[in-house]
Amino acid sequence: MTTSASAAEKAAASRRKKRSDRSRSEGRLGWYLAGPAFVIMLLVTLYPILQALWDSLFSLRLTAPDETELIWFRNYQVVLGDPTFWQSLWVTVLITAITVAIELVLGFILAMVMHRAATKLRGIVRTAILVPYGIVTVVSAFAWFYAFDINSGGYINNWFDWLPGITEDLNWFAGQGTSLFVIIASEIWKTTPFISLLLLSGLAQVPGELEEAARVDGATGSQVLRRVILPNMKAAIMVAVLFRALEAFRIFDNVYIMTNGANNTEVLSLLAYNTSIGRLEIGLGSAISVLLFLCVLIIAFIAIKGFKVDLAGTRGER
Amino acid sequence: MRRPQAAAAVLALGLTLGLAACSDDSGPPVLTWYINPDDGGQEAIAARCTEEAGGEYQIQTSLLPRDASSQREQLARRLAAGDTSIDIMSLDPPFIPEMAAADFLAPVPDNLQSTDDVVQGAVDSATWDDELVTVPFWANTQLLWYRESVAEEAGLDMDQPVTWEQIMDAAAETDTLLGVQGTKAESLTVWINAMIASAGGEIITNPEAPADEVQLDLDSDAGRAAAEIMSRIGTEGLAGPGFPTADENASMNLFAGDSGSFMVNWPFVYPAISGSDPDLIDDIGWTIYPSVDEGTEAAPPVGGINLGVSAFSEHGDLAYDAVECIVQPENQAEYFVTNGNPPSSVSAYDDQAVLDEFPMAETIRESLDQGAPRPQTPYYNEVSIGLQETWHPPGSIDPETTPAESAEFITAVLRDERLL
Repeated sequence: MTTSASAAEKAAASRRKKRSDRSRSEGRLGWYLAGPAFVIMLLVTLYPILQALWDSLFSLRLTAPDETELIWFRNYQVVLGDPTFWQSLWVTVLITAITVAIELVLGFILAMVMHRAATKLRGIVRTAILVPYGIVTVVSAFAWFYAFDINSGGYINNWFDWLPGITEDLNWFAGQGTSLFVIIASEIWKTTPFISLLLLSGLAQVPGELEEAARVDGATGSQVLRRVILPNMKAAIMVAVLFRALEAFRIFDNVYIMTNGANNTEVLSLLAYNTSIGRLEIGLGSAISVLLFLCVLIIAFIAIKGFKVDLAGTRGER
Repeated sequence: MRRPQAAAAVLALGLTLGLAACSDDSGPPVLTWYINPDDGGQEAIAARCTEEAGGEYQIQTSLLPRDASSQREQLARRLAAGDTSIDIMSLDPPFIPEMAAADFLAPVPDNLQSTDDVVQGAVDSATWDDELVTVPFWANTQLLWYRESVAEEAGLDMDQPVTWEQIMDAAAETDTLLGVQGTKAESLTVWINAMIASAGGEIITNPEAPADEVQLDLDSDAGRAAAEIMSRIGTEGLAGPGFPTADENASMNLFAGDSGSFMVNWPFVYPAISGSDPDLIDDIGWTIYPSVDEGTEAAPPVGGINLGVSAFSEHGDLAYDAVECIVQPENQAEYFVTNGNPPSSVSAYDDQAVLDEFPMAETIRESLDQGAPRPQTPYYNEVSIGLQETWHPPGSIDPETTPAESAEFITAVLRDERLL
């Protein structure tokens, strides 16, 4: 018994060693391939981040460089103690949460349509679904703005006046709720294809034999979805949610074009832009940018920890 | 020739030509004039002045963004970095003190200091710290435009000065709409300033003070009078449902529509409406901007463009020579006729082409002399955005509390205690 157990342990140890050799060489290859890009990324992203961190410690106005003064963390104190910052943060989180949730569901449905579409139609279906994502955000923001703006003959009120609450005189961009509705709707229209594309790649990775086996065992459609498809797509869903959440959190174009922050629709990026570029208050604006950066890091951390995805598992090591 | 050799030859030729272009300094100095978008008038003047210079310099134009705030942003960023490629700049008046205080502007030479032939509003807006820091080019002002049929129906004598109350009552009585700019933008500040000035007040009492010492006088009878007018228009729907987002173009379209009655707006509306709806022109009249109270004078908004020369220009003297050519009265008159932007030169209003094309030219000149510029302070941007934050949407203004809250907010922003 002892002999056979020790032989089994030896075999397992040898398998572990082999796997770790393979893993190490894969890691090395990964570094060779991604290393140069990683270094360039560090150069182009690290420099502005460090510069923003440094600038945020100063009272620095571009048109009054002689009055620059080191004030340490007072800019952060002003930003964090200001209701405008918290209002912008709240609006940004609201837009992020709503758009990501709706896009995840819609994106999954569209991904299923693309995945299951008949071979002949597949190309057309995919192209049609991806069209909104191909449009430049500023252009789509203007298109949505003009559709809803009553001062320039927006047609939405005339088309949908049969719906309760919509009248010919409804000024969508005169209130917070209605403005946010248009901003969120345009954001969803524009970026759902992106999330569906990521989910489609996840769907393609679900082994067909697993689905087939589940059906043979008598599983219903929803059981296959919940027990087979979704668990096997976890990594793809995590990537989709993470990418979209980060993008949604940095929303700028739609708000800038449609309301420019009027009616309490200002988002964090717009606040940072207005402070740094509009007011030329580089110190205060840098502090907001640094806080925005921290929020992005927190989102990435929560997404990776929350989904508990072990990317090593996809390499077949465990 | 084999392919690699051919490619090398083409590359060598390209490099030679490129280097030749870089080292070509035989021609006259090229002055870059950063212009705001128009109908091509500034480019035409640049071409004319280049020709008149007889080889001494060439003027090349470079286009700035459409709205004044973005123009300021771009110029301020470049100037803060000491960009030498900027020679002449078309500057919106409220942002001139900021650039002057930051030493971004080259001093105006003696031969361009005379303001004898310049309308008062343009002189005020070109001045900072009692010194002319830019050269007036064209001056703008808002008039009160009205539909003669509506004024008649309401029984208003438009030959006499009119008040805001009269036109609000007239719109309510005739069930028509007022063309005013209620959107959250610079136009809102323009309107607030004109009403406060007409009521005998001023937004800032010491505009030349440093940021933390600036005193605002919004919490005053004048501030409350302005707030009452905006609040009434908003709450009674006198400017229609589009009021909270209406800019100058939206106001013009409303005025030209079936419900149009009275409108405050810049003169560009006249050629625009003439072009789009020539029949309507017969029903349109104009007069001086409304006053806040009967017996007080109106203080019409003043705008326009002044020319500044960058302190970092490598050809400062030549740039001022070019400016002297650009602002000639005949160039201003031509610019008015072709682009609809009124001259700052008094004598340009006597030009026959101007009189033929703009029957309201005399009213514009009067309005420019009567006009009240916006606060001349290096912190104008903060004051203007602060007003927009607190007085928008106009329907939510409470005349009793808004002016005081606004003053408190802007003061805190100027002291770096609040964000905008």
